Amino acid sequence: MRIEPLGDSALIVRVVDDFAADPEASLNAVLAALRSLEAAAIPGVTELAPAYSTVGVFFDVAEVARVAPESQPSEWIGAKIEDVLKDQPVEGDESIEPRLIEIPVCYDREFACDLDDVARVTGLHAAEVIERHSSAGYRVACVGFIAGFPFLSGLPSELATPRRAVPRKEVPAGSVGIGGGQTGVYPRTSPGGWNLIGRTPLSLFDVRQDPPAILQAGDRVRFRKISRQEFDAFSP
Amino acid sequence: MNLFVKSAGFLTSVQDLGRTGYRQSGISISGALDSHALRVANALVGNDDSAAGLEATLGKLRLRFDDKRVVAWCGGAFSVRLGETDLPPGHAGVVAKGEELIMVAPEDGARAWLAISGGIDVPLVLGSRSTDLRGNFGGHQGRSLRNGDELPLGTREDPKERRFPNRRKGGDGGLESAAPWVSEWSAPAPWAVTAHPVCVLRFVRGPDWARFNEEAQTAIKGTPFTVTLDSDRMGVRLDGPDLPRQDSSDLLSEAVAPGTLQVPPNGKPILLLGDCQTIGGYPKIAHVITVDLPIAAQLWAGDPVRFQEISLAEAQALVREREEDFARFRVGISLRLE
Repeated sequence: MRIEPLGDSALIVRVVDDFAADPEASLNAVLAALRSLEAAAIPGVTELAPAYSTVGVFFDVAEVARVAPESQPSEWIGAKIEDVLKDQPVEGDESIEPRLIEIPVCYDREFACDLDDVARVTGLHAAEVIERHSSAGYRVACVGFIAGFPFLSGLPSELATPRRAVPRKEVPAGSVGIGGGQTGVYPRTSPGGWNLIGRTPLSLFDVRQDPPAILQAGDRVRFRKISRQEFDAFSP
Repeated sequence: MNLFVKSAGFLTSVQDLGRTGYRQSGISISGALDSHALRVANALVGNDDSAAGLEATLGKLRLRFDDKRVVAWCGGAFSVRLGETDLPPGHAGVVAKGEELIMVAPEDGARAWLAISGGIDVPLVLGSRSTDLRGNFGGHQGRSLRNGDELPLGTREDPKERRFPNRRKGGDGGLESAAPWVSEWSAPAPWAVTAHPVCVLRFVRGPDWARFNEEAQTAIKGTPFTVTLDSDRMGVRLDGPDLPRQDSSDLLSEAVAPGTLQVPPNGKPILLLGDCQTIGGYPKIAHVITVDLPIAAQLWAGDPVRFQEISLAEAQALVREREEDFARFRVGISLRLE
């Protein structure tokens, strides 16, 4: 574990060194570190931001200075973080069971305008692409890019497809895409360069909910293939 | 109890100190790009720090009020009038019912923050009244203001007549003149006007400093950069010397924040501001210190910028010092308002 400053009001905790070596174990370790830091409620810490192999720890410099006037704030917070995480097993706490969230996806042609491109790049039949995409297990590596957008790790390597050379100006909300070795879901209509292979009727982001994004880093995700009829009839 | 937007200007939005606590859902901080300026303006009109105000870009703003309010502003070198009377930056002034506030384009700088007694009373969304312009939520209908908008203002005690008279006393000390009252007291000048003709931003090394070679590490210190046209509330985009890297490996996305100076593959650095995304995968060569973000918030296309390295300890000492000064300023103002 390494802790590095991100400016004067944040630290980045590098929980694991090599995410790609074992994404599953890395995400467990990051999720465990996140839970421990949340539970520790270190004075002055305002926010925690997990992503892949790291947790960003944001703090209020003036508040830390009030609590520990003799210390340099980032050193003080860094020492607290080390205290909290020092007893943590590297591979994460076995007792933390990530949530499993199922996302219904309709892979019909109408919603899958890049399915043929993915089939061509991967050398698979379109039906195989759908079959493999909907039978794999995924983890949310981080949420970002736009509010509520989950970057999912666990895409079968044979489905990896480079992002489109020219991003679309408008990708419809709910679109499921493949971008390089990752897959994700556009929570709302936005520009985007991923290859679209389906669409979910599920709303992934709603500012009237708290938390507003259904998916959070560390969650397990499965895609369930649904028909067009089920898509139309879907009510959350 | 309402604010009428006669002219919305180039880009005006409702902002408070920002939406914290939702990075895990990918939600930007948003908020006033210079939160300190908004806090100072709020203090001047007797509001809490967190009251929502307006962030105006390049002026051309005209507002009318349907009841008496105390107003104050800080930011770029704008010119603001209450009717025909000048309201200097960092002073409190009274707008009477039916009167107009007019803000014209700045001679220097780009943005200003206007506080109105009672605050702008748009609904809280996830704990903040800030407009998320990329996510289209919060603030006034999730968007920047348009001509003809009507914004609700918070209810509060009427501004105390003794402290905030409607009119300035006339020359003989007796009769009321026609001019709106403007305070003689004010915020410290460096807080009231934050535009600088020569812009130097101090930074601490970013997490990826060592990924850049010596040429880049030298160039970032002192070589001038120029702000380019595609800058916005997400970030200040810069053109300048090449910033070559030691390695070209792809990085995993991780937390970024306002102040992060990231370098995309085209080598043109982007200084992230309040509307920036919560995570990023570009290498972070440097991070502009908190107390210099107000200067960054005044940058506009064509402006020259230089960077200067300081230690993390110094950067944090500057934040502490500013917060202590602000606490004293708040006490001083509250004595005048009581």
